[in-house]
Amino acid sequence: MKNMDFEKLSNEGTETLPSEERRRFLRFGLSVTGVFLGGSVLSLTSARDALGISDILPDAKKFPYKPHYSMVIIQNRCVDCERCMEACTKTNDVPSYGYRTKILDQKRDLGPSLQEQVFMPVLCNHCNRPPCVRVCPTTATYKDKTNGIVMMDYKRCIGCKTCMAACPYNARYFKETNRAIDKCNFCFDTRLSKGEKLTACAAACPAGVRNFGDLSDTESNVYKLVHRPDKVVWVLRPETGALPNVFYTTD
Amino acid sequence: MIKSILADSQEMEVATPGVNKATLLFGLLALLGVGAGIYAQVVGHHHAFANTREMPWGLLISSYAFFAITSTGLCLLAAISHLFGGNRMAPIANRMVFLSIATIMGAFSIIGLELENPHRMLLYNMLSPNLTSNIWWMGTLYSMAVGFMFVEFFSILTRQYKMAVTLGVMGAIAEVLANTNLGAVFATLAGRPFWYGAQLPIYFLSCAFMSGAAAIIIFSYFAYKIRKEEMDTDTFNGVQTAGKVLTLMLFLISVATIWRFIAFYVGGAEMARTAADALTNGPLSFNFWAIEIAFGLAIPMLLLSMTKLRSVPMMAIASAMVLVGQFISRFDLVVAGQIVPEFTGWSDLPTYLHYVPSITEMLVTCAGFGVACALFLLGERFFGNTFRDSGHH
Repeated sequence: MKNMDFEKLSNEGTETLPSEERRRFLRFGLSVTGVFLGGSVLSLTSARDALGISDILPDAKKFPYKPHYSMVIIQNRCVDCERCMEACTKTNDVPSYGYRTKILDQKRDLGPSLQEQVFMPVLCNHCNRPPCVRVCPTTATYKDKTNGIVMMDYKRCIGCKTCMAACPYNARYFKETNRAIDKCNFCFDTRLSKGEKLTACAAACPAGVRNFGDLSDTESNVYKLVHRPDKVVWVLRPETGALPNVFYTTD
Repeated sequence: MIKSILADSQEMEVATPGVNKATLLFGLLALLGVGAGIYAQVVGHHHAFANTREMPWGLLISSYAFFAITSTGLCLLAAISHLFGGNRMAPIANRMVFLSIATIMGAFSIIGLELENPHRMLLYNMLSPNLTSNIWWMGTLYSMAVGFMFVEFFSILTRQYKMAVTLGVMGAIAEVLANTNLGAVFATLAGRPFWYGAQLPIYFLSCAFMSGAAAIIIFSYFAYKIRKEEMDTDTFNGVQTAGKVLTLMLFLISVATIWRFIAFYVGGAEMARTAADALTNGPLSFNFWAIEIAFGLAIPMLLLSMTKLRSVPMMAIASAMVLVGQFISRFDLVVAGQIVPEFTGWSDLPTYLHYVPSITEMLVTCAGFGVACALFLLGERFFGNTFRDSGHH
């Protein structure tokens, strides 16, 4: 029978088909469209971006630090209540002219007459290749060898502000009372070293935006959040090669 | 001993009432600047300087770079003349060594007052050095260079020329390494795409040759002006050779500038293009087109080639223009690198951050000029004979 001849046949209808047959047909159709859909989606995404997720995460078996502290921000949960900022300020004695963490906002176009409001918490990214640490002349800022937190030794800071210029995330400010640069240290001195498991901002967040934990622990919340195959995980300014440890994702 | 050295080197005749007055004036300018710096330390830099969290560096860093770059150029040109001889710059080489010291002192005055905690630097640069930090290398190498040049100049004064040449070469090597590290301070910051790239260190070195040549021309011109003398032939030949170096470097810097900007506009990071826009078509465009390009590169090049390097006053005018252009160029570079907010597109951040230097910053910059110019005049008075001696060893 030639293709054209099919048109001449009368339609048998689907009601007479056995369900086994119907299922087989649907499975076949799904696998065909699946291949095509998969193909088209992949071709819309450059190989570089497709690799992005594995690029920004350290190899699961080779985490440089133990615990490898990291924060995963579920961005679309943030409603800008700023309790994280408040908790940070209170816990870490942050003066009114400075901040260690902040929430940025943006109106994003969803269509010609539709906009959504987006909030993005930012803080020190505790990079694996921190530009600030490399440029500091006196090692006043350094990466903790155990937990990877980018710390400050205030008394060594000469106030050259090169770390401020080097930071891709605007995470540093000059604190007058210390006569030194101040920055987020994942509340190491104020909470973690005292046995707390969370940073002040993560503990204060009512919406579970800020998830803090040990990335090298496969059972941890943060590990699971960045290993969800159906979710995109991204970092800010990946092009700088700083390899940040603050990850962003959505629900 | 000092007395006998000075008896040999000084040129009392230079110390006319006019020159003394000018020296005093520059000295006062330096003091005023230092006073402003101390005031800023007391009230806090954040109150006295216009820098912000987003724009931590400004006029003071750029002025420091201007003086440091000029010092490198002077030191290198002097070392090349001393080492290889046979070129016609030898008669002005001793003056160049001294001026290299004078300009780096200007640079140190500014950076010392710019740092929040210079006292901690003295301690922790040694106690906890970071060998991956360009700032550490730059500071260490410039300090070493000054040390070498001090001893070099002392050797020149005491006529130990072999020693002087050796130290001159060591000083020049330290200055070159310091200078490229200064370039690398900016060039290795991937978070600032306007600075990031391989060009800046070599660009800084080229600017050093250009600014150094311009500085020796203009200071030689004034050295004879204050003596009310005609420039002797040997010195004129030296100045003319510096004029050739200046013309060549003007051409090379122009080429580097053109391609640097074309590169920003044909691809790469958006932040760098936006920063380049600030210069070509934004808040820094007058600085860029009128002062950096026209006043600082194009017109001096025209003046030098039209007068064929025969007129000292014309070379001096061109050199002054180049130095003004370079001063503004450093400012443009430092500001443009930070002028685009890092989180552009968020929280209604402006396209360009606002930065206008405060009066205190301007006064501290004056300290640099005061120190360098006062030292120049003092040098002519105390070492004038040594400068004249240059070519004869």
